[in-house]
Amino acid sequence: MMDPAVVINVARLGKTFGPVTAVEDLSFTVRAGEIFGLLGPNGAGKSTTLRMLITVLPPSAGTATVLGHDVVREADTVRSLIGYVPQERAVDRFLTGREHLELLGGLYHLSRTETNARIDELLKLVNLEEHADRVAKTYSGGMKRKLDIACGLLPNPRIVFLDEPTLGLDVQSRLKIWDYIRQLRENGITIVMTTNYLEEADQLCDRLAIIDGGTIRVIGSPLELKTGLGGDRLSVTIKEHETDTLPRLREGVMALPLVRDVRLKSGGLDILVESPEKSLPAVIEVAQRLDCSLDGIEYHRPRLDDVFVAHTGHGLRGGTPDTTEEE
Amino acid sequence: MTFQHYRQEVLALTMRWVRRLSREKFSMLFTLVQPMLFWLIFFGSLFQHAANIQVLQAPNYMSFLAGGVVVMTVLNNGLAGGVDLLFDKENGFLERMMSTPIHRSSVILSRYLFVMAITGMQILVILSIAFIFGVRLETGLPGIAVILVIGMLFGVGLTAISMALAFSVKSHGDFFSMLGFLSLPMIFLSSALVPLSAMPGWMQVVALVNPMTWVIDAVRPLIITGWDAAIPRVGMAFVILAIFDAVCLYGGAKAFRRAIG
Repeated sequence: MMDPAVVINVARLGKTFGPVTAVEDLSFTVRAGEIFGLLGPNGAGKSTTLRMLITVLPPSAGTATVLGHDVVREADTVRSLIGYVPQERAVDRFLTGREHLELLGGLYHLSRTETNARIDELLKLVNLEEHADRVAKTYSGGMKRKLDIACGLLPNPRIVFLDEPTLGLDVQSRLKIWDYIRQLRENGITIVMTTNYLEEADQLCDRLAIIDGGTIRVIGSPLELKTGLGGDRLSVTIKEHETDTLPRLREGVMALPLVRDVRLKSGGLDILVESPEKSLPAVIEVAQRLDCSLDGIEYHRPRLDDVFVAHTGHGLRGGTPDTTEEE
Repeated sequence: MTFQHYRQEVLALTMRWVRRLSREKFSMLFTLVQPMLFWLIFFGSLFQHAANIQVLQAPNYMSFLAGGVVVMTVLNNGLAGGVDLLFDKENGFLERMMSTPIHRSSVILSRYLFVMAITGMQILVILSIAFIFGVRLETGLPGIAVILVIGMLFGVGLTAISMALAFSVKSHGDFFSMLGFLSLPMIFLSSALVPLSAMPGWMQVVALVNPMTWVIDAVRPLIITGWDAAIPRVGMAFVILAIFDAVCLYGGAKAFRRAIG
């Protein structure tokens, strides 16, 4: 039986478009009330994965259940329980904000009174009350995105899927959208989102799956992932003519209580430490005691970038041009 | 899925098309006026004296042309019927609609209701304008009803072609070039502008396999000749349209299923 805290269960999911494999052998779970992120470069297969979960794209292999319902066999039930905020500004330029929401009220089979009550509530949430009766072609990018989010929330879903929620937005709008997303989590809504912004993944997501070339490389909370790389690191270099003191220094440093591991590198040491604040003076002290003249010490705290590079072998911006996402 | 739900979805979606049209007043005006202005009035007046009444077997060119313009309007509306869905597909609106618990067919049905309503209104306007220019319908009001039914039946197949194209093409450039490629030859290689008897032999052959010719040849006698001549033609048109619609709907459904899943 499924763990009640698990709201999405993905098992060996795959999708091919003709000869092209978009995603392969994906398995992960999403827990109730968390913000779960799919992080990866363009074309990694994030959107394809999301679209299988929202039932608009049938998987080629594997299964996925949303709130216990299979996305293929019980697609209609899944659709009535989720909300979706697409990547494109999927607004109709000729309709007003309110008309968008009214249309969706009809598509989710809400009564007129129910729809109107939801509309008032959502317009207030995303601060679009004043603009509700203007046609969407007069909206700014940020306003369109807000309307998109209101549309995704109209059915009062238990899970909301957001595809690149802040793509192409200015900084202010982005922060505003982050606020809404956090607010949703506070209201007990589970969020699944894709992003290719490291900062967004780091700041917003409770757990992340790093996806690249159609497969999941690693899953965990941003902190876990960063700690997984070894946590904080001191990088010590020795003056050039004194490199013969290195083995001595290595042994001395290794004996320090806050040091987890020490690796030799050319001309110095990489020291993985628990607390850089306390270990830094201790390392210097050891060096002085052992008569090693240091050339420099660098302190390095891993960022999500490093996690990404460590698991995919390349930076996020570089991407993998040979993988394709459906048009 | 209950009937109430289905009706609610279709109504909401149809309402969207109506609202869009009402926001595009300029485009609405041109949509309505274009066929009458270009074809009926300009083309009709231009050839009024150049056309040979003996060949046309009609009181004048305008009354000959009226049936052709009615069917051309059905053709253009039908072939353009998928355009909005094409844009919906490209900007993600379609996907948003598909992520809601609607019956997949309600999007298609709403589009049909809308295109048919517009086409019906246009046919009425064209016949009224023709009336002003002296074209008197030999079969009267019942004739108009039959013309509307024939127009709708032809529109069903054409709109299916358009939607199938919209769901299959890679870009909207492809869509519009294919549309252009389809629509003008369908007009010129039919009896819309001249009777078959006035065409060169090879054109007659092509025109005979064009369903448009059969539709026009049913509408035209309803306008210029009367019931006796019209009834067998109308019967023939129903047979042709039944086949045409069946083929188009089959192809359209396949394209839709492939695109939507």
